[in-house]
Amino acid sequence: MADSIALTTPLADDVIDGLTIGAHVTFSGVIYTARDAAHKRLIELVTTGEPLPVDLRGQVIYYVGPTPPRPGAVIGSAGPTTSMRLDPYTVAMLELGLKGIIGKGGRGPAIREAIKQHHAVYCIAVGGTGALLNRHIKKAEVVAFEDLGTEAIRRLEVEGFPAIVVNDCRGNDLLEAGKKQYRTSSRPTPVVQPLGG
Amino acid sequence: MREINADQITETVARLAVEATHFLPEDVEGAIREARQKERNPLGVQIIDEILENAEIARTRMLPLCQDTGTAVVMVEVGQDVHITGAYLIDAINEGIRRGYGEGYLRKSMAARPFSARTNTGDNTPGVIHTDIVPGDTIHISFMPKGGGCENMSRYQNFLPGMGKQAVIDFVCETVDISGGNPCPPLVIGVGIGGTAEKAMTMAKHSLFRKIGDRNADDEVAQLEAELLDAVNALGVGPQAVGGSTTALDVFVETYPTHITALPVAVNVQCHSARTKQAVI
Repeated sequence: MADSIALTTPLADDVIDGLTIGAHVTFSGVIYTARDAAHKRLIELVTTGEPLPVDLRGQVIYYVGPTPPRPGAVIGSAGPTTSMRLDPYTVAMLELGLKGIIGKGGRGPAIREAIKQHHAVYCIAVGGTGALLNRHIKKAEVVAFEDLGTEAIRRLEVEGFPAIVVNDCRGNDLLEAGKKQYRTSSRPTPVVQPLGG
Repeated sequence: MREINADQITETVARLAVEATHFLPEDVEGAIREARQKERNPLGVQIIDEILENAEIARTRMLPLCQDTGTAVVMVEVGQDVHITGAYLIDAINEGIRRGYGEGYLRKSMAARPFSARTNTGDNTPGVIHTDIVPGDTIHISFMPKGGGCENMSRYQNFLPGMGKQAVIDFVCETVDISGGNPCPPLVIGVGIGGTAEKAMTMAKHSLFRKIGDRNADDEVAQLEAELLDAVNALGVGPQAVGGSTTALDVFVETYPTHITALPVAVNVQCHSARTKQAVI
């Protein structure tokens, strides 16, 4: 494995400065889970001026909906879900002070710009490796929206949780750069963006 | 006439759900290992290594390969000399899904009402169940826990009849290109050409039960599969879309005669965790 940059949460500004696209990083400390339904509720709370169940300043959100733990286990399989589905909520989350996001797949142009503007970082964990990622989660507890089941907000304590920097605070995009570098096809890259995923 | 009790169908489906979600098929794992040798992007190689390590952990520690244990897609071929007793076939299959997803600690991912109250049904039922009546006195069950990330990248389009093969290649490439990392490449790509809209998509899905490397029996279609695989891997999308030479492990095509006005093309995308399991009763 290539050299990794060990990160501890919450993320400090100067640490984010040091992250560039393609870097392999590991997260240790507390991260929070949230996906579609939890994001929808968080934004509703912001809209109605109610307090949030989690202070997002400096924090890292992991887009994941784990499988149920077997008896005695901390958590089940826990790999990333498609980030693009969360694009409609992400600017608001960054405005609340969110500094790091872990998901899979690319982000729309507006999100890349917002990540730069808010001096944050977007990383991917390898999609479809939920069993491997399970081993880096040492503790898990539901802290909000328990009725959402797998989509509830969980506070995870992670150790050496592996990820790759895809959008850095300077507006770079690994997926765009990577495709360009390895493309041998003469086809123009289409501009249309898929919905969801 | 052979009698088969519905309980046997339920037990089989429950077992297939657990096995499919924990054990990566050998042909898929073999294809991923082969891709590792060809991958030019070092970051891509590292991702492939994590995928292979994940399969090992899933197998030995009984953790699902992926947290998205999917919509339960079940394709059933019922021999016309079989008489099913004890319960309705579809109920028996759904009971198997309920049991497998419960006892196997799999994620329940079905929202009851798609455009309104997206309440979780709680047991991953109903499955998406396709039935076919075939000759013989056996029941063949093909189970696929189909993840949302890749399923959501499926596309259908009808082309002008004269547009031919090039339209198919362009459409498949465009689909893979715009999907990027969402469907978790390296992919397995199912393509259905011909028939009607639903026939094309069903063929695309059905083709995903083939083993990696199995070519269509028709030479012309097999040739198209090879061309599509080369074209897709030239796109540079790479493992998890970080760039690289491994975008797809294989492309499967199924065809059917179609209307004189039509050239239906359906693409059903499968992730690298190409989980399928089959059984014959």
